[in-house]
Amino acid sequence: MALQSLDIAKRSATTTEPPQARKTLEVAKLIDVSKCIGCKACQVACMQWNDLRDEVGSCGGTYDNPTDMTDQSWTVMRFAEVESEERGLEWLIRKDGCMHCEDPGCLKACPAPGAIIKYANGIVDFHQENCIGCGYCVTGCPFNVPRISKKDSKAYKCTLCSDRVAVGLEPACVKVCPTGSISFGSKEDMKELADERITELKERGFKNAGLYDPAGVGGTHVMYVLNHADKPSLYSGLPADPTIAPTVSLWKGFAKPLAMAGIAAAALGGLFHYVMKGPNEVSKEIEAEVEKELEGEK
Amino acid sequence: MIRDPSDLQRYNASERANHWITGICFILLALSGLALFHPALFPLTSLFGGGVWTRILHPFIGVIMMLFFVVMFFRFKRLNHMTDTDWEWVKRAKEMVDGDDHNMPEMGKYNGGQKLLFWFLGLAMLVLFVSGIVIWRAYFSHYFPIGVIRTGAVLHAVFATVMIIAIIVHVYAAIWVRGTIRAMLYGTVTRAWAKQHHRAWYRQMTGK
Repeated sequence: MALQSLDIAKRSATTTEPPQARKTLEVAKLIDVSKCIGCKACQVACMQWNDLRDEVGSCGGTYDNPTDMTDQSWTVMRFAEVESEERGLEWLIRKDGCMHCEDPGCLKACPAPGAIIKYANGIVDFHQENCIGCGYCVTGCPFNVPRISKKDSKAYKCTLCSDRVAVGLEPACVKVCPTGSISFGSKEDMKELADERITELKERGFKNAGLYDPAGVGGTHVMYVLNHADKPSLYSGLPADPTIAPTVSLWKGFAKPLAMAGIAAAALGGLFHYVMKGPNEVSKEIEAEVEKELEGEK
Repeated sequence: MIRDPSDLQRYNASERANHWITGICFILLALSGLALFHPALFPLTSLFGGGVWTRILHPFIGVIMMLFFVVMFFRFKRLNHMTDTDWEWVKRAKEMVDGDDHNMPEMGKYNGGQKLLFWFLGLAMLVLFVSGIVIWRAYFSHYFPIGVIRTGAVLHAVFATVMIIAIIVHVYAAIWVRGTIRAMLYGTVTRAWAKQHHRAWYRQMTGK
């Protein structure tokens, strides 16, 4: 949805500069995985605030319910059972959803002007009225987040409650979390909060505790405090060093101007060849020869 | 109603129809594909009823083009085998483009350039079709891993671009060589045209 109170920093399939007169505060959501109890209140709050109702699915043998994100489930708790010699069995629960990248791969890949917007506060939002349903955002996303609806072919994902944030409220999942595992505020404040928590965790023996704010995508506006930040993949396959894939960068970067130049050169090359060299006509001698041959036949 | 009985038949009606169905599909595909490739050309989606319709139509037009291209490919395949003379022609093509075709070797129905284009189009259509299936989100993308989809998207863009350039060359060559377009419009060329540009084919057709 278009929100005038949120300034736009980046717009999909748009090559000119966005308006930049105003500066807004960069926001972030901090998810402290070490405090999460897997109650799924965030999933419920997300459904309620956004008026979403997923179909009742089936059990995949874990607590993950639903088993994956869908156009109706924009956030899903992922439960991983991890065993190590040091700590025995650990239950690592990660609230999965859009990471709101500073350099969003979805936005880079999107061919529809204004279908994906990055606000100046860092929120990446899909505007379904401009979405054409090609699924390039899925191709571009390093976190496998966008989901295409089978009903309307539009792409959906977490909005970081851009509508709530625009009027000064925190996202629905933050409001409802009973353990204070999810916090929301300026990115700077959230990093400070994370630092305090990481110090605590280290004191408690989690020597590899750390912040997940991957530099490969310019940092994210959803960050995790991980008790094992050295191995993000333990948390249901969180990528260790996510970046926009080189194939996507090539496709949506260098290839575009190069292709346009090549096509223009071919068309102009043809025109100027014709203008400068003239047409390739049948020579008068050959016409006369053929004429003679035909007369010979008669 | 063709009035000059001495003209030579180059394409029959079915071949011409086949060519133009493929050609129309190509133009629609190039316009809709470019619309989704470069933001500056996104307004071309208006020709197809908007962005969503462009996204829906493009792959179906692609399938139609592939079907007709395959028919055309097997129709003309045996006429397009490269020979030593064809390679000689390709080596000298620059002289002809510069305006002197006196040293060009005699060509059959197709010259070396046309043959190379034929094989390139065969390859391009194959790559575009396969990569197009991979990136066809509505029906097929979920069967492929993300890395394959990303590579498919790049290959589709690269081969489409080179194919558009190749077709521009193809169309320009038909315009530049006067008396050529009629062969694909109503099937015949003059004897003088055949003797000038495809002498071996001229001999074969006339026995001279």
